[in-house]
Parts: sequence; C-alpha cells; structure tokens
Amino acid sequence: MPRKLFGISVIALGLFGFSANGQAAPQSTANWQDVQEKAKGQTVYWNAWGGSELINTYISWVGKRLWDDARITLKQVKVTDTADVVSRVLAEKTAGKNEDGSVDLVWINGENFASMKKQGLLFGPFTQTLPNYKLVDTESKATTIVDFTIPVDGLEAPWGMAKFNFIYDSARVQKTPTSVADLLNWTQQNTGRFTYPSPPDYLGSTFLKQALTELIEDPSVLRTSTTELSELNQATKPLWDFLDALHPNLWRKGSQFPASSSAQQQLLDDGEVDIHLSFNPGAASSLIKSGELAPSVRTFVFDKGTIGNTHFVAIPYNSSSKEAAMVVANFLMSPEAQARKQNPNYWGDDTVLAISKLSAKDQQVFAKIPLGAATLPPQELGPTLLEPHPTWMEYIEKEWLKRYGQ
Amino acid sequence: MKTFRALPSKVFRLRYMPAITLLVFLTPVGAGLISSVLPAFGYLPALGRSDFSGEAWGQLLHHPAIPASIFTTITTGFAATIISLGLALFFVAAWYGSPSYKKTRKMLAPVLAIPHSALAIGLAFLIAPSGWIVRAITPWATGWDRPPDVAIIHDPYGLTLILGLVIKETPYFLLMILAALDQTQAEKRLTVARTLGYKPISAWIKAVQPAIYKQIRLPIFAVLAFSLSVVDVSLILGPSAPPPLSVLVLRWFNDPDLSYRFMASAGAMLQLMIVIAAISLWFVVEVGVSRIFRSRSSMGKRHFFETEIKLASKAGINFLVMLFSGSLLVLVTWSFTWRWRFPDFLPSVWSFHSWQNNLHNLAESAGTTIAVGLAGSIIAIILVVACLENEKQRGKNAGSGALWLVYLPLMIPQVSFLFGVQVISIKANIDSSWVSVIWTHLLFVLPYVFLSLSDPYRSQDNRFFNLALTLGSTPSRAFWRIRLPLLLRPLLFAFAVGFAVSVAQYLPTLFAGGGRFATVTTEAVNLSASGNRRIVAVYALLQAILPLIVFAAAMRIPNFVFRNRQALKGS
Repeated sequence: MPRKLFGISVIALGLFGFSANGQAAPQSTANWQDVQEKAKGQTVYWNAWGGSELINTYISWVGKRLWDDARITLKQVKVTDTADVVSRVLAEKTAGKNEDGSVDLVWINGENFASMKKQGLLFGPFTQTLPNYKLVDTESKATTIVDFTIPVDGLEAPWGMAKFNFIYDSARVQKTPTSVADLLNWTQQNTGRFTYPSPPDYLGSTFLKQALTELIEDPSVLRTSTTELSELNQATKPLWDFLDALHPNLWRKGSQFPASSSAQQQLLDDGEVDIHLSFNPGAASSLIKSGELAPSVRTFVFDKGTIGNTHFVAIPYNSSSKEAAMVVANFLMSPEAQARKQNPNYWGDDTVLAISKLSAKDQQVFAKIPLGAATLPPQELGPTLLEPHPTWMEYIEKEWLKRYGQ
Repeated sequence: MKTFRALPSKVFRLRYMPAITLLVFLTPVGAGLISSVLPAFGYLPALGRSDFSGEAWGQLLHHPAIPASIFTTITTGFAATIISLGLALFFVAAWYGSPSYKKTRKMLAPVLAIPHSALAIGLAFLIAPSGWIVRAITPWATGWDRPPDVAIIHDPYGLTLILGLVIKETPYFLLMILAALDQTQAEKRLTVARTLGYKPISAWIKAVQPAIYKQIRLPIFAVLAFSLSVVDVSLILGPSAPPPLSVLVLRWFNDPDLSYRFMASAGAMLQLMIVIAAISLWFVVEVGVSRIFRSRSSMGKRHFFETEIKLASKAGINFLVMLFSGSLLVLVTWSFTWRWRFPDFLPSVWSFHSWQNNLHNLAESAGTTIAVGLAGSIIAIILVVACLENEKQRGKNAGSGALWLVYLPLMIPQVSFLFGVQVISIKANIDSSWVSVIWTHLLFVLPYVFLSLSDPYRSQDNRFFNLALTLGSTPSRAFWRIRLPLLLRPLLFAFAVGFAVSVAQYLPTLFAGGGRFATVTTEAVNLSASGNRRIVAVYALLQAILPLIVFAAAMRIPNFVFRNRQALKGS
C-alpha cells in the first residue's frame, strides 16, 4: 500500500506542493556574492544528531568560524533521530507553514533524504551554487551523487564519507573474522560475544545489508527497486538461513538485541560483547581519545569490502535562512573544515573532497593528518560496497521484525 | 457599600474560571486528539491522503510485533500499579505513626522530585549484568572476568521496567494516602477499631482503607494510565523485542517513511483504548473486590497476617529506598568518571571533564528548564486557586463539576495528541515559542497541581475566612491575608510538584519547542543516545537537582515564614 499511495502523493506534491512554493535556487555561481550578502546576520538552526560530544564540539567550532567569517549565527539543535526532523518539517507543511520553518539545515542521508525528497520538503537544487562543491570527489566517490541509490539531484551537500567497519578489543580478540560467513564460525567459537543493534537502528540495518550483499547469489539485483514479494523472498533466503544459524551464538542467545549502536558501544566497553559496529573508520581512534573505549580497541573490515555511503546536509523548503544555510554547507565542504573533521583528535570522519583537486597547500594539510592508533590506513579499508535500494532495506527490516522481533 | 460592589464582580470573574481553565486545556488536547484520530482512518492531506479507510487498522493489527507488544504493555502496566499500590497501602497500614513511617515520609519528596528517566538511567547502571552491584562482588566472589550473559535490563518480561516504575509510584501513592488520611479522620477510626480489639493492620484495612480508597481512586487511574503508556522509562528499562506499545507507536511516528504515520495514529488510538479498557476493568474488579471485602470486614476477625505484612512491607520499602539511593550514587560516580571498566568497583580515572566541558550547555539548558518550569507552575497555581476559590465561594457544584476533565492529559497517551498539538501551535503561529512550550507543559503540570492542591484547599476551614468578613474585611482582602497564608504550605508543595513535572517533560518540549528549546531533560535524552554514561549522568543529576532544590525550598519557606506562628509550624 505505501508504495502506490506514495506514488500518488509524490505526483501531487510535485505538482502543487513543491513548485507552488516557488523555491528556485540561484543557479549560477555569479549569484554567490548575493547569497553571501543576504546570509549576513541570519541565524541557522542546524538540526544534527547530538549523541556525540566530539561531533557537538566540532559543530560549535563551525559555529564560531562562521560568526567570525560571515556573521552568521549557527545554532545546533541536537536531535536523537533525524526522522524527528522530517516529522517536524512535515508537521509544518501540514499546517501550511511554508516560510519561517523551524529547521534551516539538517544532517541527513538515506531513508530520511529519500522521504524528504519524495514529499517535496527540500529546498534546491543548490549544491551547484556552492563554490566548494567543485572540490567534491563526485567521480570516484559515487555515493556523493547517489544516496542509497536515490539521485541526490543537488538537494543535499556532501559532508562526510562513511564506511561500515567493526571495532574490537584487541586485548580480548586475537583473530578477527574476514567475511560474513567467517563471522558465523567466529561466533561458534566465541559464543555470546557478538551481537548487532536491532533494526531499524541504522547500524543494525547496515549489518543485515552487508550480510545480504555478501550472501546473495546475484548482488546486482540489489541495485533496483523490487516490490515483488516472491522475488524478495527467494533472493533473501540465504540471509535468513545465515541469521537462523547465527542467532543462537549471539549475546543473550539472540533473544535480545541492543536498542541502538551506542548501546552496543557501551556493551563493548563493559566487556559484555567483543565486537562493535561502526560507520566511521576513524571512530575507534577518536573514542579512545575521548576515553569512551579502551586504548586496546582496533578496527577491522571484511576482505571483500564493506558497505559505504555519504552523509549530507540539506535545507528544508520552508527555511527562512536559506542563504546562510548555503554558506554553512559551503563552509562544511571547505578544505579547512574537511581537514579538521578528518583529524581523529576532532572527529576522524573521512573527507568527501578529491585531494587531487585541492591546492598544493591544502594537499599538504591533508597529508599531515594523523591516522590515529586504531584507524586502518586507506589501502587496508577494502573495497566499498554500494547501499542496496531502500525497498530492500524496508523489506529486510519488516521481515527481520517478523522473524526475530517478537 | 464598597464591599458589596466588589463582591459580585469578583464572583462574576471567578465563576468563569473553571470554564477558562478547561478551555486552556481542552482546546489543545481535543484538537490534538482529532488530528491524531483522522490519520488513523486514512486522512492526512499533507501526505496526499484524504480518503477515509480502515487500512491503517488492518496494517496495525497484522503487524508482527503487536500481540506481544500489547501483552507486555498490559502486564507491566497492571503489575506496576498493583505492586506499588499494595506496597504503599500495606506499609501505611502496618507502620502508620511509627518512627520508620516518619522516616519514610521524609524520603517522599526527593523520590518524587526526581524525573522517571533520571532514576531509570541510574537503576540501569546499578543492576545491569555489568552494573555496580555485579562489579561490587566481581571477581572475588563470582570469579567472572566478563559480565554474565543474562538479560536484566530490557528483560523480555518487563520485570525491570516494573521495578523502575514501582520505585517512583510507591512514594506517589504514599503521598496520596497521606493526603487522604488527613481528610478521613483516620486517627479516630483507628482508635475506635483498636479499642474494639482489632490488631493494627486489621483495624486499618477494615476501618480506614474503605474511606481512603475513594480519595485515591483518581491517582490510581492516573498511575495506571501512566504505566500503560510511559515512553522514556520503557526505552531505558523495558523489553526491546518487541517493546511496549508506547515505544512502538513513537517509533512509527518517527519513521522516516512517512506513510507509517497512519499506522502510528491507529496505534496511538489503540493505546488510548487500552487505557480506557484498563480503567474500566479496574472499576469492575473494584466493585467485585469491595463486595467480597464488605462481607469479610464484618466477620469480626481481629487480625490479618499482621506479622507477615509488617515485615514484608518494611522489607519492600527498604528495598526500594536502597535501589533509589544506589541509583543516585552511581549517577554521581559516573559523572566524575573518565574511565571505568568492568569489573572495577570504582572508576580507574576520575575527572571533572564531563561537568566542565558541558558547563556552557548546562547553564543554558538549566536556564530554559527553570524559566519554563516556573512559568508553567505559576500559571497552573493561579488557575487552580481561582477554580477552587470559585468552588469555595459558590458551593462545590458551581461549575467545577467538569473539572475532572483536567486529568484528561494524564489519562491519554502523550503521543496520541502531541502531533496534533504541534500542528495547532504552528497554525496559531506560536510554534517553537515560549508560549507554546509553556502551554504544552501546562497540560501536564496543571493536573498534578490540581491533584495536590484540591484536597487541602477544599478541606480548609472556611470559618477563618468568614470571621475575617464579619470583622469588616473585603473578600479579596480576606482571600489574600487569611486564606492564602494559611494555605502557604500546600501551595508551595503543589508548586514544587508542578515544577518537577515540568522539568521531566520530554516529548511535550520536543513537539512544542520545535527542538529549539533545550531543557536538561531533552539534553539528557538526546545524550543518552550516545551511550556515553559520563555525560548522561551529568544531565540526569541536573534533572534531579533542580526539582530537589525547589522541593527543599517549598518545605523550608513555610517554616521560616511561620517561625512566629506556633500552630502553623509543620511537623
């Protein structure tokens, strides 16, 4: 049902909702001057996940820099779940509040982006207007223009690269698994020492997608949207067989799963499990730095690669500070901000920029960024697997809930 | 003459107070509910749907998690209510007037002051397999080098959730029983029963309980409704696969796939129906129980498990007090921690970092919390006093018959009308403003203020007031100079309760504030997503400290004001 109705609502919103608001972005870079001019004195309410002290500190640094450079006031609205922000913008649209919306900028990707795009809740396209967008590595980092198989279409500005990886305590684990299939062996030898957050936690869902991508006969079918139930059943059978075998070996014998990835991080630190999942290859190093994990934790990935994606910032259609939000988005893509973000002392999140497109001086800056004790060098991170189309994830999450969620 | 002219205008104004109070109240709740009911039947134009259908209901009832989820909701809700009520009743029955009764009475305010979520976080730190209790006995007594693989937190039966709720609800019932005791001449009834040879508990159950039960029925329903629909405690302590219905509904409301909105609305309605059914069921069972009870109470048996109840209720209360103190202490410890790994009994590296690093944020969110809490409580007190004064002057049925409706927000699950409230506040162009935040808080603050203030106000001896009038005072002068000062203690207590309720609000702050209002509670919940216990502990403590200060002040101020008024001094 959702799909069909969505189709209708998308058309309806496409016709009336979005275009009726007439939010056309300045198309050429010549307008950048105007944008900067208008941005001065505006306040940007940036809705961003607020669960990490390190990231919050980085964001307040961004705020300070923008005040100094452009006289923009940046306020972080800390959110637990970006879906709340989608809800809020929707509520505003429901009430006909088409300007002065409460959200000016949102940290977003994947399902939430797909949802906002579908519902016409986004402003843009705007990324082409941003001078720093030219530096983004859209060629070899394909996920900067296709977000979970959904074309970005300039509606969100790339901010950082994520790659699925595992954090383990090297003081307790000697040999790490090399693939999803090997993980099953590992859990047989280490009963109760592995788990994953229950979907729809994004890392829990990513773990399932990773397993599916490795186990499915023909991974290319994951690139397309499928709603044919028999096909979905058939294609995902290896995944369910794998999970049926895996679960009895898990923490709490698979009868209970951590509610979120941060809950699992705590489990690792408490010694309840030996492996934690992460989407940020630099996470282990920065968590050691902040005292949240033991100095002995390290990172590992699977030999044949792990799922990767990009996270973005987007501007809701009813923001009253669009210009300032664009200036913020542009600054976030600047070599200065990107280099600081990649530094594990500040955050440790991979850049979206193409190093080759940078000036010699900026290239130097990037070359000097310390890797961090627990971070794998880029050549050891393995290939990046693409995110399946959201329909697969929706199906898997529902099916998982049916099979294991009760 | 002046008096006579002032009087009608005063009555005229007061007469409308119940109506105004209800209007302030029912507009957002009612409209909010409608905005939630319509999507349940397929109507939500913003998502391009305006056809009415039962599709969402079909989807909801076929959802794989629903049966188990409803089961958990009902079992935990009833268990928490029955256990806390039973414990509170038996404890008062067995220990009324004793030193340990007085000691427990002093503990009530702090336990009540601390928000549910803060306590739940502390409790989780305390009793988890890797928690403080296990750390205290590991490895020397257990030989474990890793925490045992047992589900204590998020256990599938919801036992920990029940425990967490019982810790908070038992003191609430105790307080309500105490208030009821003052109105029912319990002392005299007890004396009569005991001179007839009834043992203490038997005397209490047969002579006092029937009288106070009627008085605490409303609080019981409020607790039952709360336990059936609580979100934050369920998230922290409740079962996870599947979670209670309230958590499931919130999850659907928040699903990025907006089409879940329809099922979420239907789920919220289902939750409302469960609450209504549960209260009705309670009502029916109550009639049956009281019938059995009535025949039993006149049988003449003079004792009722006297020793057993005495010991069990004391043990139960002591257990709760221990868990409560332990939870607080572990929060304090975590807030000064840098590294604290299992199985160390104490942190390996201490630090002020968590307090220092968050000082700026702490000050800001504490400021917002205090401002909203004070404003909400003051408005609530004014409205409640106006309603009650109207009742005093014009008789009990003068327009306050419908006032029970103020309890509506306590009975209805929050998620079921908050989305609607948000839409309305946006339509009225007051969203993300102080007005909308304070107003939304008021929906939850006012019922509790009403609950705390109505009995003392109603039972206050009117002869003082009348005496002032006969001495030539105007009604308003008598009101300000006689009535209010005499009621200072309950007024301040009600104010403190209101403030504590306001501090604890998470969803209302989020929905009405558009995320722009960061209170200590929204920050605590946001940061608890990080799993970083050190910071979570800081915010949970702050969540507890603010209401505690207000409670302490509410207790001390009357003693200071009345230092020269012997009869008004508290016990």
